[in-house]
Amino acid sequence: MIRFSHVVKEYPRTGLALQDVTFRVNKGEFAFLTGPSGAGKSTILRLVIVEETPTAGEVRVGGSLTSGLPRAEIPRLRRKIGVVFQDFRLLEDRTAEQNVAFALEVTGAPRDAISARVSRLLTQVGLASKGTSYPKELSGGEQQRVAIARALVNDPVLLVADEPTGNLDDRATRGVFQLLRDINAAGTAVLMATHNLELVKRNEYRVIEVNRGQLVFDSAEGNGAGVVTTPSPA
Amino acid sequence: MPLTLREVMLGVRRSPLLSALSVVTIAFSLFAFGLFGLLVLNVDRALRGVEEHVEIVAFLADGTLPEAVSTAMADISSFPEVAQVQEVSPEQALARARAELPEFQDVFDASFLPPSIEVRLKEGHRDPRTVKEVTQRIQTYPFVDDVRYGEDWVKKLYDIRNIAGAAGIALGSLFAAVAVIIIGTTIRMTVLAREREISIMRLVGATDAFVRRPFLLDGFLKGIIGGLLALLLTWGASSVISHSLIQTTFFDPGVAALGVIGGGIIGLLGSALSVGRHLRRV
Repeated sequence: MIRFSHVVKEYPRTGLALQDVTFRVNKGEFAFLTGPSGAGKSTILRLVIVEETPTAGEVRVGGSLTSGLPRAEIPRLRRKIGVVFQDFRLLEDRTAEQNVAFALEVTGAPRDAISARVSRLLTQVGLASKGTSYPKELSGGEQQRVAIARALVNDPVLLVADEPTGNLDDRATRGVFQLLRDINAAGTAVLMATHNLELVKRNEYRVIEVNRGQLVFDSAEGNGAGVVTTPSPA
Repeated sequence: MPLTLREVMLGVRRSPLLSALSVVTIAFSLFAFGLFGLLVLNVDRALRGVEEHVEIVAFLADGTLPEAVSTAMADISSFPEVAQVQEVSPEQALARARAELPEFQDVFDASFLPPSIEVRLKEGHRDPRTVKEVTQRIQTYPFVDDVRYGEDWVKKLYDIRNIAGAAGIALGSLFAAVAVIIIGTTIRMTVLAREREISIMRLVGATDAFVRRPFLLDGFLKGIIGGLLALLLTWGASSVISHSLIQTTFFDPGVAALGVIGGGIIGLLGSALSVGRHLRRV
């Protein structure tokens, strides 16, 4: 599903963000991506959603090599990937329904199919009754659920989540995380970047840890220092 | 409602002030251009009016036979440059002189005025070279005593037209360029105001064309509305000048419509450039 081979990413101003990172996330797998701030987690996620391309090495997502991918192909690849952010990134002037529908509309989906799909997804994330609410009328956890519904609208094979519980209290965190688990159980691969070590420890999922731009631990490989020993505050 | 139009309406509803500002900026940029166009149009028209008076007068020798004059007139009429040929008898010349010059009021004898042929040239053939050429051809008739066409005057008029034309093109291009820059910058503000939305659109898999479409429509519509406002302002200014200063000519409907469509195209281009530049960055 995701394959990083000796990936190097260097930014002109800030320098080296990733050095020789190699890992793969398989179809249907759930993996945590951990590490301190500035370790390179967000860079990895940006490479996965093709907001960036590697300076050296190869990134493959859903079988496509992202370097040299024609610009017109990028949107098609992104429709296979659902993305969730810490700050939700919802459109404030649209209701929950409209935010979810928007992701379908941009793909040119027929309008009659959109409304049925949107209400089904809002029900799936537990917000059936909040479809007409605007983001500011929703709690943080509810906003993140809307963002997750939006991420799922195109039936992605991969869900990328960048600190999805970073702005949420414990109860909302548990709810959102359970939702991600359910999505994974239904067959979607999930790559979740997080600072929440408690969450990581409590769950038996694979852990990929980066530090200073290098992959320092991968529980699938069993090497390195391990996530528990390199805590960092959220 | 089509999605693209809905996005445009949403953008206007979200930031009505910015939208109004864009339209007003476009309107004033095009108004400045329109005023300049009006000036060029009226100066051109005035010069054309003066130019219409360019004529060649061939004075005929005494005793020229009327048949010879008729043949010559028919001959001259067939010149491709000639619009009109008119014979002026000594009596007609005196009547005209009396009407135009007070010192001729007391003159009653027309015999000292020679008969003549007045030749007017077609538009586009009133430049000094053509006038001189036609004059030389007319001079070849044996019964033509003298030919006058006000050589210096024709040359000066031609120079003024050339200078006015060149200044019109240079200043017009400058005005148009300034209008494009101002309109492009205004539309860029709209694009920047929706930066977050664009990034979300791209994140959920919107193609560049999909992201671009509402902005292009937005720019085009603002350009058209701005163009209509500019037309209204220019018409108002033209009316005020006509009533208080001098009679002016306004653009004919075709040119006015072209101006409004031009506004739309400038808006479209401004949007295309702004969004294109923005999309390349994200």
